[in-house]
Amino acid sequence: MNIETIVWLIPLPPLIAFFLIILITNRRKRASHIIAISAAVISWFLSMLVYWFASRVDHLGEHPIVSSIPWIPTGDGWLFIGVQIDPLSAVTLFFVAWTVLMIFIYSVGYHNFGQPKGDQDRPGLPPHGATVSDVQGHKHLVPSIEPLYSRFFAFIGLFAFGMYFLVVSNNLLTLFIGWEIMGFCSYILIGFWYAKLTARAAMIKAFLTTRVGDVFMLLGIAYLYSETGTLYYRDILYNPEVLQELGTTPSGFLGFSVAGLIGLLIFIGAVGKSAQWPLHVWLPDAMEGPTPVSAMIHAATMVSAGVYLTLRIFPLLAAGMEHGHPTQTMNIIAFIGTFTAIFAATIAIAQKDIKRVLAYSTISQLGFMFAAIGIGAYIAAVFHLVMHAFFKALLFLGSGSVIHGMEHGVYHTGDHIDPQDMFNMGGLRKRMPVTFITFLIGGLALAGFPLVTAGFWSKDEIFADAFGHNHWLVFITLALAALLTAYYTMRQITLTFLGESRTDAAKHASESIWTMTLPLIMLAVFAVALGWAGIPEDFPLFGNIIPNYVHEFAGETLLEESKPVNFNFIPLVTSIFVSLGGLGIGWLVYRSIKSGAVDPAKKALGTIFVVLENKYYFDELYDFLFVKPAYWVAENFSYKWMDRKVIDGAIHWVASTSLVIGTFLRNFFDVPVVNGFGDWVGESTKKLGTVFRSIQTGRIQQYMILALVTVAVFTALLYYLLIIGR
Amino acid sequence: MSFEQVVFILVAAGTLGAALLVVTTRNLIHAALWLIAALFGVAILFVFLNAGFFGVVQIVIYIGAIAILMIFAIMLTRQISSEKSARFNKNWLWAFFISIIFFAGIAYILSLWPEFGTTKPILSAEIDPVKQLGVALVSPQAYLLAFELASVLLLAALIGAVIIAWEQR
Amino acid sequence: MGAEVRKTMIPISWFLIFAAALFSIGLFGVLSRKNAILILMGIELMLNAVNINLIAFWRYRDSLDISGQAFAVMVFAVAAAEVAVGLAIFISVYRRRGTISADEIDLLKW
Repeated sequence: MNIETIVWLIPLPPLIAFFLIILITNRRKRASHIIAISAAVISWFLSMLVYWFASRVDHLGEHPIVSSIPWIPTGDGWLFIGVQIDPLSAVTLFFVAWTVLMIFIYSVGYHNFGQPKGDQDRPGLPPHGATVSDVQGHKHLVPSIEPLYSRFFAFIGLFAFGMYFLVVSNNLLTLFIGWEIMGFCSYILIGFWYAKLTARAAMIKAFLTTRVGDVFMLLGIAYLYSETGTLYYRDILYNPEVLQELGTTPSGFLGFSVAGLIGLLIFIGAVGKSAQWPLHVWLPDAMEGPTPVSAMIHAATMVSAGVYLTLRIFPLLAAGMEHGHPTQTMNIIAFIGTFTAIFAATIAIAQKDIKRVLAYSTISQLGFMFAAIGIGAYIAAVFHLVMHAFFKALLFLGSGSVIHGMEHGVYHTGDHIDPQDMFNMGGLRKRMPVTFITFLIGGLALAGFPLVTAGFWSKDEIFADAFGHNHWLVFITLALAALLTAYYTMRQITLTFLGESRTDAAKHASESIWTMTLPLIMLAVFAVALGWAGIPEDFPLFGNIIPNYVHEFAGETLLEESKPVNFNFIPLVTSIFVSLGGLGIGWLVYRSIKSGAVDPAKKALGTIFVVLENKYYFDELYDFLFVKPAYWVAENFSYKWMDRKVIDGAIHWVASTSLVIGTFLRNFFDVPVVNGFGDWVGESTKKLGTVFRSIQTGRIQQYMILALVTVAVFTALLYYLLIIGR
Repeated sequence: MSFEQVVFILVAAGTLGAALLVVTTRNLIHAALWLIAALFGVAILFVFLNAGFFGVVQIVIYIGAIAILMIFAIMLTRQISSEKSARFNKNWLWAFFISIIFFAGIAYILSLWPEFGTTKPILSAEIDPVKQLGVALVSPQAYLLAFELASVLLLAALIGAVIIAWEQR
Repeated sequence: MGAEVRKTMIPISWFLIFAAALFSIGLFGVLSRKNAILILMGIELMLNAVNINLIAFWRYRDSLDISGQAFAVMVFAVAAAEVAVGLAIFISVYRRRGTISADEIDLLKW
């Protein structure tokens, strides 16, 4: 079995798990999760195998591991689909495999496997607890198992298939297929608890918003295909002539080159999928789904797919670049990335729900990555992508653990409070120590705590690149965003874990079971250590301990060698300063919040805070601009006029006309002619019979006369014919 | 016109006239008697043809048996209103025409026969037709089989007639 | 003179025409009379005409060939048999139906 075959096999186990669970083991919860986790383990193992192999190949970027098969016959030839492992897809495979496996294991505990069925649990609603009585007859409420347990594993299996398929594919078409599968799974999984109205609204919002992006992406792909006749990465992105051609031909649209326009269109798809402004509105609402979904889809993998795609088409984006100045498209990307980074960070500081903060944080961090791409810092973007996947997944899983702990407290005390509201938490470090430590590590990584966290190294890389290539505005804005990031992260940690418990439920929270805490620990290890693979070589003190693996390996994906930027103290100092500063301010402001207290930032910022809390009213704006008109058109135009009057009217008209024609034909044709003919035949036969039967008189003399007349006639005839006629 | 011819014409006319009266008379007994007359005429004609045996057989069988039988049948099936009812049925005109046509047709066809006008050849005196007939009727290479079959036929007719007319009790 | 007297001058045609006429009269009787016995009489006339024909042909053609006479014998036999059976049938019919008018015996009517 060679390495190419293994690459083909990587996406398969989760797909098979999906089908097996849906078709066979849907009723058996244990069997379902065994199948799903086995599939995840197999895919993880194969991915590690491939990664290890790929990492030992020299110059993998120039000759990646490629394999294709013919798929659809087109006019003259065949459409081939295939797999490709180059450095970018290898590192992506690495973090996807790990995060997917961790999240699968986590889901077993999150959905309360092993617990009894709930009292009033119905499929489509989150479980609300089961009443059990202990030996003394005391009844208490314990968490109950999720009713649709197997279905969850089936769908995350399908999702994993989509992501793996996207990562290993070697052309934009199969990438798009994986993209859409993930979009569908995201829809299904956000609305996993479909009986909740908010979840239903969120699932539709997510799908439609990403759809907007997908339309533009498809346009871009089609445009690319029409310009080059192919969609393979090898043929387009690694072919300098093609890139040159595309990069210098003007497209006629606002001065973009063809490559630039294609890149822009495809990037819009990434904007939708990675929830950048202006298509960011779906991601916070997507928190309606279960936390493993939020972790997997909306932190580690699906939203990363947008960044992966943009990284993949980077040669296209950079085509036509002159003397290191970014192209128009890159400028747009940088703008959107930077703007989103600061925009989302400002909203995050005003959110109360623990998962909402993390959602906006994700949007903001993705903005960092796009900003990095926009300024040409390819490797920094790759680095930050991988790091972010690990610590964001860690943070989400940690938040899920916190929510579970709070729910345990809610069941215990019978309080009716929102277990996700941070202002109801507090002091959880004593009650949930493992969760606390791992969440702290994740949070520090997010904030970029110097030296020991992965986030520091990746963010520092971005700052260094921005500063080193003189992108001042980007640098300053990102620095501000990093400051806010550290601030809201510390705010979150302080409100949740530090201080004293603000509610009874928080006082009675308990640590989660090992299936949930083990993944947290594993991810925390990565969040700390992985950053050390990317230390720049001329970093003071630590520079030469470990070679800059990330730079060497990931950088090979691009055709041109990219020089690492020279070390400069200013970005380093800036990143240390904003990170520690933000953490400090956050701790100071929130360390002594009592129960029932109002957010101190509200008092300080007043109306601005209200605007931030309401997400700059973007949802309301979109509702007014797009949703309400769409509903109006659907109701009045499509339904009332088009459907009822025009289409139904046409059908009614056809029906009544048919009736008229039918009646006419019946009365003027069918009855007189057809029936008449049939009747006439019968009648005339009867009449003929009546006429002819009068011959049968029963009198022999008559018969004889007839016979003799016939004989005479025939004889005469024969006589004349034979004798006279001769 | 020789004597023979005159006699022939007289006998023929008489026979035909009697025959006509048979088929047109209203009274059944009269018809039977006219039939006997016609049969007599035919017997005479047989003699004309030097078939004296047949003449005698004609008288004995036809007149002596058949005509008498008919008279018996007439008497046994006498209907009260037989004097009043019509002689002919509805289609008598058709029958008349058919007869005329048949007669004309047969006569015409026969006239086409080349030997139509041949006269009677002289019979040699040694020929004895009766003896010839007798020999022929019993010789196996002649008409013995036909003779025997005719006997069987008569037997069958005898038995059949008895059975058919048997009065069921 | 005596030999000439012996030579007859009746051509065969006279006998044949006579037979044809007798036959036609018999046919007329068969087809048009109502009483069944009269029909039988007509049939007898027809058979007699046939006999005349047969004997005439025997006499005027080869008088050594006796088959003409033999045939005539058969005709006699058949005529006799037929009359016997026919009258038996008429008597039987008369007993059942009370009539022997051919017009009224029409059970084969539709």
